[in-house]
Amino acid sequence: MISGRGLAKRYGERRVFAGLDLDLAAGGLLLVTGPNGSGKTTLLRILARLTAPSAGELALPAREAIGYLGHAPMVYRELTALENLTLLGRLYRVPECGERIGMLLERFGLWDVRHERAGSYSRGMQQRLALCRVLLHDPALLVLDEPFNALDEAGAALLDAVLAEPRTRVVATHDPRRVEALATDRLAFA
Amino acid sequence: MRAYLQDVGALAKKDLLLELRAKETLPAMLLFVLAALVVFHFALPHGAGATAARGLLWSALVFTALLGLTRAFVPEREQGMFDVLVLTPADRSAIWLGKSLAVLGFLAAAELVALPAFAAFFSAVDGRTVAAVALADVGICTVGTLFGAMAVAGRARELLLPLLFLPAAIPIVVGGVGRYLWFLVLYDAIFVVLSWATFEYVVAET
Repeated sequence: MISGRGLAKRYGERRVFAGLDLDLAAGGLLLVTGPNGSGKTTLLRILARLTAPSAGELALPAREAIGYLGHAPMVYRELTALENLTLLGRLYRVPECGERIGMLLERFGLWDVRHERAGSYSRGMQQRLALCRVLLHDPALLVLDEPFNALDEAGAALLDAVLAEPRTRVVATHDPRRVEALATDRLAFA
Repeated sequence: MRAYLQDVGALAKKDLLLELRAKETLPAMLLFVLAALVVFHFALPHGAGATAARGLLWSALVFTALLGLTRAFVPEREQGMFDVLVLTPADRSAIWLGKSLAVLGFLAAAELVALPAFAAFFSAVDGRTVAAVALADVGICTVGTLFGAMAVAGRARELLLPLLFLPAAIPIVVGGVGRYLWFLVLYDAIFVVLSWATFEYVVAET
């Protein structure tokens, strides 16, 4: 599903990484680890098609087949959970969108607060909403950057269940213990 | 085409809803345009011609529009939503068009206050001036939204937008003050097509 050869990324004079080869089969989980500033987020943004590598060849699924979770929840704070997901369901052309949104909000424990603005949510609830957003269009590839951030134990257990589903996943984390057992491939930045 | 227009409608509605709840952009635009017209009223010497007064109206409108454009992509920038929107399969020009329509709505609302204020402070507003303002709004919003998207990715975004937008707005002011409607129609036609066609590249992976 993902194949990269000789990947490099530079910002001006600063080299983030170079000569990176990557292969991830469909259904695999690539665990990306490394200290702050080592290039994890940059690599994940490349794999989410949000930025292009400076050099190298990369084969990725189409952008609509990717679900990306960044450091921030990436939801409109002035819109309710329902409005956020309805807008994106429209843009992703999600079939039977209302039912899918309802199912996700129930699953992540947000159904009762679906009419409240996302900005009024705690950080953990915003992260749950972000996971609903990521899964809304049932993407073939999940690209998750520090997905356990701000989640309590119950939220983390919900995310564990998502990660155990049969789909291709790339996960960057400082704390690989929750994902280690599922990982089929590993990439450690120095 | 129907799906495209529905995407545009959903994106524009989202921006109007955000403004309705946050109330950050429109009140600032209204206050600015009224304050500018009051200042110009006292600054313009008695006996100055209608063209001078119209010049001040257009200066006020262009800077009011700039205020709205500066705020246009703030929710996307602050909440990381630009990445989310460009990842959807929606045509990227729909993002530009939806945002342009929302900014057009805010600017039109500001002008609903500005034009009567201009009539009260300076001289009556005739149909030709209203037509010129309506035509200019299209050009201002389409070009301004394109530049706003370009500026949002940069570090000096507050500086970049005026630097890009104000030179591009000079023909609008010339056409507006002179009330050259054909000129404004031509400007709109060129820049609507240009902005629509280039937005894809503005938000492309770099």
